[in-house]
Amino acid sequence: MAELLKFELVSPEKLLMSKDVTSVVIPGTEGDFGVFANHAPVLSTMRPGIVDITMQDGSNERIFVRGGFAEVNPNGLTVLAEQATNMDDLDANALAQHIQNAQEDVNDAKTEDKKQKAQETLDHLKQLEASL
Amino acid sequence: MANLKDLKNRITSVTSTQKITRAMQMVAAAKLRKAQEAAEAARPFSERMAVVLANLSAAMEGREGASPLMAGTGKDQTHLLVVCTAERGLCGGFNSSIAKLAREKANILMTEGKDVKILCVGKKGHDALKREFDKIIIDVVDLKSVKSIGFTQANDIASTVLSLFDDGEFDVCTLFYSEFKNVITQIPTAQQLIPAIVKKSDDVEPLDLNGAIYEYEPEEDEILADLLPRNIAIQILRALLENGASEQGARMSAMDNATRNAGEMIDKLTLSYNRQRQAQITSELIEIISGAEALNG
Repeated sequence: MAELLKFELVSPEKLLMSKDVTSVVIPGTEGDFGVFANHAPVLSTMRPGIVDITMQDGSNERIFVRGGFAEVNPNGLTVLAEQATNMDDLDANALAQHIQNAQEDVNDAKTEDKKQKAQETLDHLKQLEASL
Repeated sequence: MANLKDLKNRITSVTSTQKITRAMQMVAAAKLRKAQEAAEAARPFSERMAVVLANLSAAMEGREGASPLMAGTGKDQTHLLVVCTAERGLCGGFNSSIAKLAREKANILMTEGKDVKILCVGKKGHDALKREFDKIIIDVVDLKSVKSIGFTQANDIASTVLSLFDDGEFDVCTLFYSEFKNVITQIPTAQQLIPAIVKKSDDVEPLDLNGAIYEYEPEEDEILADLLPRNIAIQILRALLENGASEQGARMSAMDNATRNAGEMIDKLTLSYNRQRQAQITSELIEIISGAEALNG
């Protein structure tokens, strides 16, 4: 049996998950990346997207996260997400709400830099909606 | 001296006050447990954030172009005080001790010739500060309609603070809240938010990476620029949750005291009620006996 990865998902309000899993796919800002046990230390920010966790028994759990970062160190993988929703609980309405908020962010952005960031977030969300 | 009827009325009124304070104490005790759990549940996130920030800032040390959120604007002329208090009173010295700390700080800064601006979170802090500082209170955040404090509220406050910072409205930001030690002790605390004080990496145990080096995606400075604003929201959330637990703790002990005082008062009033009643009976008896004596004699 392959070695297991210690995975923790933390939101500002509480520790959502702390488990030994086989692998996790993280939606990094510069592209998705998979993490298995003994991965090299990485610190990456995340775009809004889906964290795909492969459990020990081979089943998958998909969790929608928004904003945050992932840290891999020798102790395991820690995902700090500002918002995390299980994909089963996430419906089109909730996502539409997220998109609307993001749209408002784009409109409200004062500086060009911020506008671009907000636009990126919006694009990611729209992409996600399309994939649902 | 009050007559019997008055005494009886007072006893009833104190008894009903005692009932209310006892109920409030019990409600506070139940809420305290929830607030305490919420405060503890929020700890892992902020602790990990602190470790990551410490690692990052160590990697950034000595490099050019650090974010103004970390390095400051280079001056400390204008100070923003974010004062977090409760929405409700009747919790002992909780609100006034936070307001007192903020007031002292504001006065010290003003005598030094600095400009001070105040952002109030919670109605009670605003009530306590508005008489003295009405002109410099820039905004009041009302949390009355919020049932349980979550990241959303903290994020809203953080974005207010950050947009003020971006507009160059202030140079240094300090957060005032009450740290929850235990039910009896809550410590009013002032914490500097901007420029961020990052723990030196000596305090944080460095991880043994087996010789490997952290990969950063994107580059360190970009991650830091992304994380610092988030960190502010997290710090505010932590302060709000600590405040929530402190408020309930303070209310619980205040109401416990009030219940006990009401009990003592009832005892005293009952004693003097009984004394007076006996005195009245005695004087009535004397009247009857002396009347009978007069007839017999």
